[in-house]
Amino acid sequence: MLYINCPHCGMRSQNEFSYGGDASVKRPELNKEVSDQEWDNFVYNRKSLRGKHLELWQHISGCRQWIKVERDTVTHEIFRTFKADEEVA
Amino acid sequence: MQKYSIFNLVKNAFSNHENWDLAWKDPTPKEEYDVVIIGGGGHGLATAYYLAKEHNITKVAIIEKGWIGGGNVGRNTTIIRSNYMHDENGLFSEFGMDLWRKMSQDLNYNVMFSPRGIINLAHSDAQMNAYARRGNSMRLNGIDAVLLNREQVREIIPMADFSDDVRFPIFGGLMQPSAGTARHDAVAWGYARQADSMGVDIIQNCEVIGFDVSAGKINGIRTSRGNIKAKKVGLCVAGSTNILAEKLNMTLPIETHLLQACVSEPIKPVLDNVVTFGAGHFYVSQSDKGEMVMGGDLDGYNSYAQRGNLPTLQHVLTEGIAMMPFLSKLKMLRTWGGIMDMSMDGSPIIDKTHIEGLYLNCGWCYGGFKATPASGWTFAHTIAQDRVHELNAGYSLNRFSTGHLIDEKGLGTKTWIS
Repeated sequence: MLYINCPHCGMRSQNEFSYGGDASVKRPELNKEVSDQEWDNFVYNRKSLRGKHLELWQHISGCRQWIKVERDTVTHEIFRTFKADEEVA
Repeated sequence: MQKYSIFNLVKNAFSNHENWDLAWKDPTPKEEYDVVIIGGGGHGLATAYYLAKEHNITKVAIIEKGWIGGGNVGRNTTIIRSNYMHDENGLFSEFGMDLWRKMSQDLNYNVMFSPRGIINLAHSDAQMNAYARRGNSMRLNGIDAVLLNREQVREIIPMADFSDDVRFPIFGGLMQPSAGTARHDAVAWGYARQADSMGVDIIQNCEVIGFDVSAGKINGIRTSRGNIKAKKVGLCVAGSTNILAEKLNMTLPIETHLLQACVSEPIKPVLDNVVTFGAGHFYVSQSDKGEMVMGGDLDGYNSYAQRGNLPTLQHVLTEGIAMMPFLSKLKMLRTWGGIMDMSMDGSPIIDKTHIEGLYLNCGWCYGGFKATPASGWTFAHTIAQDRVHELNAGYSLNRFSTGHLIDEKGLGTKTWIS
């Protein structure tokens, strides 16, 4: 069982969350020319890092906020959590 | 190579079975090969076997970081089927069914292929309609499919919950009678033994550290046991695909996820089919030892850990108990996990790459085991001829850019994110 420290609600069990994938993926800006490659990178292509991975989770059975979680994809250790709009240093 | 036969079994009994040949050798890596296959799992071993058998290419090495058959070919739930609607998946898998039927004779190794049939249960009229459509598509591709009504399903699996007051009553099901199971480890060992006997070097405990690429062409690989030159390199590393892709500066339409399976304590024969729950993701069969073999959903988050967490297991088994209540009385014997190369449309990739001489075989999602022979056969063709076979032409890497996705479930991208 993972325990995720929601920045809004505190420590909660994994059962309250749903997963949203790689948080480092950026949607291409709409008011400029976007190449097919940029769309591919946004929609399909993923690094799927082994080790520290910044990812989105939604506290769907809690405050319903999207949050960012820094987690190890080998040990499942969770290092830090952030609000969705928080910059990750 | 020593043939496995009743005659040799009797003969070796006189020497207490101490004089059997080793099934495969343990060679040190040579300096150069025509083809290097990275990954000594089912697909890699099958690829090497078909390279030697179908294309006469025997200067081949299989490079395996751990031991052969220690990854997903040793961790799956052994289901073999071709019950797909789309042509690409159906024709590819049905070609594989043919290879499965001949495999034990072909490899001189009993893979215990058991065509016991698979039933996908339907729990609504809409699902029955969808199954009728899929069944018709299958039959058009020459795959056997039978649409069963509720009573016909009850005759085959009377132990399922047929009461009327359940949340997901059984309306019927779609059956592929020729589907089944096989002994997964035997598949890896059988391919390894034959590939070895034809001259393939199976090199274990050898990690790939990097690639030697110049002017857009592959020249070899760097490993923990030295550099190896190769004219062609094939990647067959399932959940580790992204790790190697990173060394090649490639980003792929794949994420690595964790999938669990489990078996119960052994019980007397009760189920002689593979059955899947239609209102969620759960499947069950009974092994020859009597264990109920069960699996279902991914854990749901990116992971390279070959072990899972309890919430997903609980969720999956809740579905199992809804389908077959007697399962709740069984004790769990073992649970385990493996890492899946989940592609963005749920279908695999068997293709050339932008690097000359580098070939890619990945994206098997939940269905890698049953694809083992067809994957090896088509990948060997793609490598040997430097062009894709018509059976894997649809499994191209660029289909994500061109929009030619093979989206079997019709759910769009990342169907596995719940």
